[in-house]
Amino acid sequence: MIIRTANLNLYYHKFQALQNVNVNIQRNIITGIIGSSGCGKSTLLRVFNRMNDLIEGVGITGSVLIDGEDIYSPMHDLIQLRKRVGMVFQRPNAFPLSIFDNIAYGPRVWSISDKKTLSEIVERSLSAVDLFADLQDKLDSPALGLSAEKQQRLCIARLLAVEPEILLMDEPCSALDPIATGKIEELMIELKKKYTIIIVTHNMQQAARIADEVGFMLLGELVEFGTAKMIFTNPRDRRTFDYISGRFG
Amino acid sequence: MTFRIGPRTSQIIAHAVLLLMTAVMVIVLFFIIFYVLKNGVGQISLEFLTGKTREMGKEGGILPSIVGTVFITLVATIIATPLGVGSAVYLVEYTHTGPVRRLISFGADCLAGVPSIIFGLFGFIFFVIKMHLGWSILSGGLTLAVMILPTIIRTSEEAIKSVPHSYREISYSLGGGKLDTILRVVLPTALPGILTGIILGIGRAVGETAAVIFTAGSSLGMPTSVFSSTRTLAVHFYILAREGISMDKAYGTAAVLIIIILTINFIAYRLMHRFIARYY
Repeated sequence: MIIRTANLNLYYHKFQALQNVNVNIQRNIITGIIGSSGCGKSTLLRVFNRMNDLIEGVGITGSVLIDGEDIYSPMHDLIQLRKRVGMVFQRPNAFPLSIFDNIAYGPRVWSISDKKTLSEIVERSLSAVDLFADLQDKLDSPALGLSAEKQQRLCIARLLAVEPEILLMDEPCSALDPIATGKIEELMIELKKKYTIIIVTHNMQQAARIADEVGFMLLGELVEFGTAKMIFTNPRDRRTFDYISGRFG
Repeated sequence: MTFRIGPRTSQIIAHAVLLLMTAVMVIVLFFIIFYVLKNGVGQISLEFLTGKTREMGKEGGILPSIVGTVFITLVATIIATPLGVGSAVYLVEYTHTGPVRRLISFGADCLAGVPSIIFGLFGFIFFVIKMHLGWSILSGGLTLAVMILPTIIRTSEEAIKSVPHSYREISYSLGGGKLDTILRVVLPTALPGILTGIILGIGRAVGETAAVIFTAGSSLGMPTSVFSSTRTLAVHFYILAREGISMDKAYGTAAVLIIIILTINFIAYRLMHRFIARYY
């Protein structure tokens, strides 16, 4: 077990976005979170690296433990947490910098300035997402010139450069075409050997293809959580059944 | 039966009216520049650019005024830029949108619209007399700094606000602190907008007369330090024309001033484009 929430409630001002969520997320597997728009799945994801803190008026009750440590305790180092729990966003969002500088961003923030070390990190990170062979001669060119799929890979590489343990992916393929989506999915399956991955997706097929465990959310509530096989073939809750059989969402 | 203009006709009329407006603007602009250059460029010679001013400006060159203008503008820019950009960063990144921030922005907008002579009067009372700086490049530069500060704050504020929120999110998600995020992501991305504000400020400072007459004086000697009194090009032009000393020299001075402003803008735009083109 790597992440565990207990009676987690989250409010945006008066609106309750998460209702009493209890979830256990296992190490080195892909956990998928599905549900229709506005069900709170992205909000839940953003609880794990405290990205919700950036939004005004967010309040939380309950606890979120990562390896037994309460990440919302005042003693917890937020910057260490974000280093450990990285995030890939919905749209490929490279900085308007060179490919090299994009990947070196994290390490530089962590005070690595030695050119040789940085080059090694860039090479290692790009190799991990299968981009190095392609881009090794173009490290100085603008990252925004890459295709959407390569930019999304680059964003994953940028994240790997800070050596996280947990990768949070917020609909990482929603801006990509089916072929590019397939490639990113292959990459995720490759990455789960080393990392714990939590992916939010509104695409049930995607969850079925890559996730080991799946949680279904509805109106801020985690309705059901279990192995992908169980959720997709034999859901216990009527609402889960309705969702996966396409009655709503 | 009412008379109606068809959609096609109204499109054409709208296009024509907008074209006309733009044309008027461009023609006026070019007429001013052309007129001043036509009357002034003939006056520009090596002696005019590098010579000392003699007989109150009737003879000789304008080198002391060029030097004075450059230094006053430099002092103003060096002081106003960090203050302005710093306040803008503080307002956007460290305060919440609320009545206080709106009040500060509103105040800056009002300040930007205050006539420059008011700043001149303030500079005279505060810097020249109270701070005992006398009529000097320093007093003039400080006064101009106060004058251009609102412009720099407001343009920087808008530029910083327009940096996509997602950039900040990525930076935080990679473990960046607030300062890293501001220095490595927000400011570089906002730089073109910030530079525009600084250029606007420099433009105002270079061409200012009222505020500097009160604070830097109008002495014609070659400035030797920031405590020297000086006469900027704009003031020199004003005095030459106003007192009927020499219209030819006045146009020559105006032409030099316009060329300086055009050059500053040209260089700044080139720098900006080079910077932007690199990564987009």
